[in-house]
Amino acid sequence: MRPMARVQLTKHLHTFFPALAGDELVVTASTVAEVIAEMERRAPGFAFYVCDERGRLRQHVNIFVETERIADRHALSDPVGPDARVFVMQALSGGA
Amino acid sequence: MSDRILIGTRKGTFIAQRRAAGWRPELAGHAGVGVNFVARDPYTGTLWAALGHGHWGAKLSRSRDGGASWEDATQIKYPQGARHLAVPAPSEDDAPDAPPAAATLKPATLLKLWVLAFGPGGRIYVGTIPGGLFESHDGGERFDLNRPLWNHESRGGDLFTSEGTGVTHWYGTPASEGEFAPGIHSIVVDPGDPNRLLVAVSTAGVLETRDGGQSWRSRNRGLIQDYQPDPTAEWGHDPHAIALCPGQPEHVWQQNHCGVFYSDDGAATWRKVSAPGRGVHFGFPIAVDEVDGRSAWVVPAISDMQRTAIDGGLCVARTRDGGQTWEALRTGLPQEHAYDVVYRHALAKSGDRLAFGSTTGNLYVSEDRGESWRTVANNLPPIYSVRFE
Repeated sequence: MRPMARVQLTKHLHTFFPALAGDELVVTASTVAEVIAEMERRAPGFAFYVCDERGRLRQHVNIFVETERIADRHALSDPVGPDARVFVMQALSGGA
Repeated sequence: MSDRILIGTRKGTFIAQRRAAGWRPELAGHAGVGVNFVARDPYTGTLWAALGHGHWGAKLSRSRDGGASWEDATQIKYPQGARHLAVPAPSEDDAPDAPPAAATLKPATLLKLWVLAFGPGGRIYVGTIPGGLFESHDGGERFDLNRPLWNHESRGGDLFTSEGTGVTHWYGTPASEGEFAPGIHSIVVDPGDPNRLLVAVSTAGVLETRDGGQSWRSRNRGLIQDYQPDPTAEWGHDPHAIALCPGQPEHVWQQNHCGVFYSDDGAATWRKVSAPGRGVHFGFPIAVDEVDGRSAWVVPAISDMQRTAIDGGLCVARTRDGGQTWEALRTGLPQEHAYDVVYRHALAKSGDRLAFGSTTGNLYVSEDRGESWRTVANNLPPIYSVRFE
């Protein structure tokens, strides 16, 4: 059985993607890249908000697996353990 | 003349409507989001907005109901393999004896959507940073990078399939989002010949195509760049905005970093027509009359060193004779303690009406070709773009 991740998005993203609103989204994924791919499937356009057209995490976006910020911002290959919580947050650096 | 003004601001899209009691601006969408440009496609009626989200990147948005509701449009993305030569800016951290850094090949990703232009038959053009012209031929369902311009010899040749020449004459603009890269901020389509386009690039200059974008050539003869050892070099110019007279499309105007320039031969040659002694020299926007190619308007700023209104008093300068003489139009504009700066897309004209907005959130409208002005709003967010609908 493939691991399930529990994804929490900043509410800011709920504004653009109401289909993803809610406290927690449960997805089947073993890497962060798979989490984003599943979000894109549920809400087309989502991936380009979080990543650029090369698939790299945008400069002012952070993703955490549990409390650790992901290491691979280029390919999002960080593993997601069974039942892990994944947080997609806006970075303070991007505000104005 | 249009009764609606579309306003792109640092914090959303506003629409000002002309009513019996005067012009009234209201928030029309994108609350809290930077809107670099908003305009109406005159061929389809669709409104288009170029957004810059602080966190989520640049996004194209459209409204098919006059601004009542907006949706994400097809997004602009650089294709796989699009590379550009990036010239690193010097840094205080460089070693004292380090030679100037060479240009490096970099995969292109979208930093900013800066301007849109429209043509017949579903043509939509989008100018971006870094230096991309994206075009649609189906009303915006699909956008493709114009490769002849991307692969132009002036920026190193075809970097999709080769290493190119290694030399680019396209530099950068501080208007890019965190990276010093060139930007296409002006696109004008000749209404009599939609295969003829002019684009202006900060910092490179003006380019023209006469075959619908298949080939491009420089149109910088006569421009002066006083920040380079060779002021008449073919490239390296800093046009801030260009405007073409729809009724006389050989008449083209340019507000440049180094003065106001005018061409009556379709941008083949430019003449410097600014009058620094009368305050007409530096600025960002320029508007040309729809019918008379010799009449143009600018909003002068004090200089490239200060970039504020001259002596604290705001004025619009108008010429009716191809820049031989200029009139300063001040009636109704603040003449004390005014520090308004008007960005390149924030001056517009429609018939006898003109409108402009400033980075201090003020919006001004004239109903009489600039003779007199009325303040329509004082407390808008910083204004990036003003267009009549």
